[in-house]
Amino acid sequence: MSDSKRPEENTPRGTRPAMPPGARPAMPPGARPAMPPGAGPAMPPRSRPAMPPGAKPSGDGKPRLTRKDFASDQDVRWCPGCGDYAILATVQRLLPELDVPRENIVFISGIGCSSRFPYYMNTYGMHSIHGRAPAIATGLKASRPELDVWIITGDGDALSIGGNHLIHILRRNLNVQILLFNNQIYGLTKGQYSPTSEEGKITKSSPYGSIDHPFNPVALTLGADATFVARSMDRDTKHLQAMLRRAHDHRGAAFVEIYQNCNIFNDGAFFQFTERDTKPHRALFLEHGKPLVFDEGRKGIRLDGFRPEVIDLTDGRWSIDDCLVYDETNRELAQIMARIFFRPDLPQPFGVFYREKRPTYEDLLHRQIAEVTARKGKGDLQALLRSGDTWVIEPEPAEATE
Amino acid sequence: MAVFEKPVEVLPEATVLFAGDSGDGMQLTGLQFARATALARNDLATLPDFPAEIRAPAGTTYGVSGYQLHFGSVPVRTPGDAVDMLVAMNPAALKVHLPRVRRGGTLLINVNAFDRRGLELARYETNPLEDGSLEGYQVIPIELTRLTHEALADSGLDKKEIDRCKNMFALGLVLWLYSRPLKPVEEWLAQKFANRPKIRDANLKVLHKGYHYGETHELFAVRYEVRPARLAPGLYRAIRGVEALALGLIAASHQSGLPLFYGSYPITPASDLLHELSRHKNFGVMTFQAEDEIAAVGAALGASFGGALGVTATSGPGLSLKSETIGLAVMTELPLVVIDLQRGGPSTGLPTKTEQSDLLFALYGRHGEAPLPVLAASSPGDCFYAAYEACRIAVRYMTPVILLADGYLANGAEPWRVPDVASLPPFAVKFATEPNFRQNGDVRFLPYRRDPETLARPWARPGTPGLEHRIGGLEKEDETGNVSYDPANHQRMVKLRAEKVARVAREIPPTEVFGDPDGDVLLIGWGSTRGAIEAAVERLQARGLRVGSVHLRYLNPLPPDLPAIFERYYRLVVPELNNGQLVRVLRDAYLRPFVPLNKIQGLPFQAREIEAFVADLVQS
Ligand SMILES: Cc1ncc(C[n+]2csc(CCOP(=O)(O)OP(=O)(O)O)c2C)c(N)n1
Ligand code: SF4
Ligand SMILES: [Mg+2]
Repeated sequence: MSDSKRPEENTPRGTRPAMPPGARPAMPPGARPAMPPGAGPAMPPRSRPAMPPGAKPSGDGKPRLTRKDFASDQDVRWCPGCGDYAILATVQRLLPELDVPRENIVFISGIGCSSRFPYYMNTYGMHSIHGRAPAIATGLKASRPELDVWIITGDGDALSIGGNHLIHILRRNLNVQILLFNNQIYGLTKGQYSPTSEEGKITKSSPYGSIDHPFNPVALTLGADATFVARSMDRDTKHLQAMLRRAHDHRGAAFVEIYQNCNIFNDGAFFQFTERDTKPHRALFLEHGKPLVFDEGRKGIRLDGFRPEVIDLTDGRWSIDDCLVYDETNRELAQIMARIFFRPDLPQPFGVFYREKRPTYEDLLHRQIAEVTARKGKGDLQALLRSGDTWVIEPEPAEATE
Repeated sequence: MAVFEKPVEVLPEATVLFAGDSGDGMQLTGLQFARATALARNDLATLPDFPAEIRAPAGTTYGVSGYQLHFGSVPVRTPGDAVDMLVAMNPAALKVHLPRVRRGGTLLINVNAFDRRGLELARYETNPLEDGSLEGYQVIPIELTRLTHEALADSGLDKKEIDRCKNMFALGLVLWLYSRPLKPVEEWLAQKFANRPKIRDANLKVLHKGYHYGETHELFAVRYEVRPARLAPGLYRAIRGVEALALGLIAASHQSGLPLFYGSYPITPASDLLHELSRHKNFGVMTFQAEDEIAAVGAALGASFGGALGVTATSGPGLSLKSETIGLAVMTELPLVVIDLQRGGPSTGLPTKTEQSDLLFALYGRHGEAPLPVLAASSPGDCFYAAYEACRIAVRYMTPVILLADGYLANGAEPWRVPDVASLPPFAVKFATEPNFRQNGDVRFLPYRRDPETLARPWARPGTPGLEHRIGGLEKEDETGNVSYDPANHQRMVKLRAEKVARVAREIPPTEVFGDPDGDVLLIGWGSTRGAIEAAVERLQARGLRVGSVHLRYLNPLPPDLPAIFERYYRLVVPELNNGQLVRVLRDAYLRPFVPLNKIQGLPFQAREIEAFVADLVQS
């Protein structure tokens, strides 16, 4: 079976990459340059000539698809100003660069504003039922490993009603991308608190404040043994695109939490991390092999035992060499970073928290089938029907009954 | 052998019940007796009956495990109304199963288990062997435990291991009693314990001891013989319902060329189907043990979207959980097969007992207007054809199909004539590969453009260039499949989906009537009650009544020729193992006075119960 993703090189778990702190990896994942403009003839929208089945566009002189080839003819119906638009545009911009034939791409979603996403993509897609997208995607990907399967879900969809399926698809490690649009609210049902809403939140269903303790999606998915966990935001489409590309490059279940503004029911939930005046000192961008610095290089993060703390890099007491060098293959570091969760004293981390290499479910499934088939021989139906103790009744029974 | 030959009495049929503690190996004993019986070419039907608890306290009545087996040279339709011989390994087994034994029947009793403790555990106040309560039965007391221990005194096995061999004594004895050969059991033991020669030899020794005990012992004046049945010529094997379901699914996958994807979450009695299918990976079968029933059916549906044969199976509680996804399959018009092995409900109900509990749920248990074809299997061997047909209809009509079977069918076994693969109904599948709409240069794929005959929509697998499309749970615009809230469109789509399912009726073969083609009473049944109903018809005919029966494979849509058949009888009786489900469906569809006959005890019908009910009805 071929696979839709390129395997990603990985350092063994727990080993620090052999790179001086601050050194740039030769080619940071996610920073692959876009194809130079004009690499292929620009095609008018929706007029891609029918290609023989199996023909792959791009890379071999064939016309490359553009963002518009990935937009369906349906009107996008999110509220004006909704963060979902930016995510849609980012995905549509990314897909032509991925070298995956359009017909092999499938978007599967649950229910929610976010889950309308597949209708707007000119790919294969299913808008399924609330919370069940991972289950449906599991059957699809397990039986068709060559497809490139993307799951689109919301905080209610993935973490409330579909919480069970989410943790199981992660532990099984199907090679899919899971994009959780976290707006900390139930958008489609018009504004109830969600499992990621903060305690005390006033909503229609919590007029005196929510008493529910919220989930921390990154910590949750790390706990479910996800092999790739990242966080990004709708307002930084460059970062978002890099994270989505890396998720796609990862061979295994890639979970990306995307902070998404619901400007109708939860406007500004993430502004401290996403807006220009606060983002520098409230958001911390994790990069593999690089020291953790923020606030335009003025501040850094060091570990005091297991406890992260902010250090000032401007007063001469600390230098960049004191900063923690991030290693996204280190599970313990990932856990520490995941636990920086809406803390006033620490900036919130974004980027790839963790990745590891682990066989995918579909590979194991088909390998097992191949092994059993090699051992037992390809199944012979007639022989199977005849197996067990058999006996023959002759047309004229010799020993007639009385 | 220096033994005097005992007279042999030829019987047309017999029913034997092995019962003991769940640790006594009664299921194995029964199964081996069934094998020997099948190889002796009898017709047969079996009914395993085991406790819900995995390890119920030894010696108690709720720890009793039984295996009933009815065999004959005449057609055998049920596991037997009344037991001719009960093998009771302990007091609890006697207590639980004595009511099933016919008056004058034989009780083969392990008297060593009838000590004070054994009697107390079974809550016998006095010893039934001594208090006269077994008068009217033929009691054969045997010191099974002691004889087994004596036989294995120098086997080197410990007490517990020796104890476990005593079922082989009982088996050997009953095999002798019914003139069955030992060889099949010997071969089975040799294979099963190939790596444990000491255990193998001990079992073999005790098996022979039991057999010889019958030959040499004064307790038995006669032995019995049940001659081969006159079955249709062909190659036969014994088959359990779950095996037949698995084979039917594999056959459907093989004949259609669709890879089988089976998603399931363990639940009694459906787990056995998962066990069975997971053994057949070399047929390309993908089995997926999901995190719950919702994921199981979701994954099956996802696989169907990808062009596989998506199947899931469960039991009552699991069917409740799958309901929403089945509705999605109705809306997305994807093939999906859902097998429900019904058991006593509601809720956890009677997990190991059979019931025709879910017909109404299968027909109506979804929100919205969500009709789908519903089929039922009628015997263990029929499970094969029912599963095959369910797959065929699901794919041909692009619809979810529910196949109803039950615990009794799943666990029960019968001789099965092995079909020739080439004789199976054709099952060709065509995926869409081209746009299906061309007008003035507008070339498009319309995912909801229907086949004019079946009204099925095209099946376009992801990976097919040019046919990219989206489906989902929101209402679709006719033909394009785009989301639509248009009122008239919704009405049209509801009607179209219903009409598509109704058109399955065009393929239903003519309904066969068993018994009299017209007369006093028509019995209308479905599912696992077929044997009991047809046995009752024969008995009623023998009493001079004009009685027939029909047995429904298709419960939605119903066979179109039923009204004409109903016309020909004075009374219409609907026997069911529930509180009256098919009877409501029939009343609704045909506005006739159908008479319900309901048994809701977690047990199958006995033919005599149906016989008595109909005889009374006719007299009244
Ligand atoms: C079984 C079921 N229960 C409830 C609903 C109603 N419902 C639709 S979307 C939704 C919450 C969506 O929230 P989220 O996943 O956060 O998505 P958002 O709309 O915020 O993008 C709910 C409760 C439903 N469609 N199905
Ligand atoms: S309700 Fe919120 S999440 Fe939904 S579309 Fe409107 S802005 Fe977006
Ligand atoms: Mg939300």
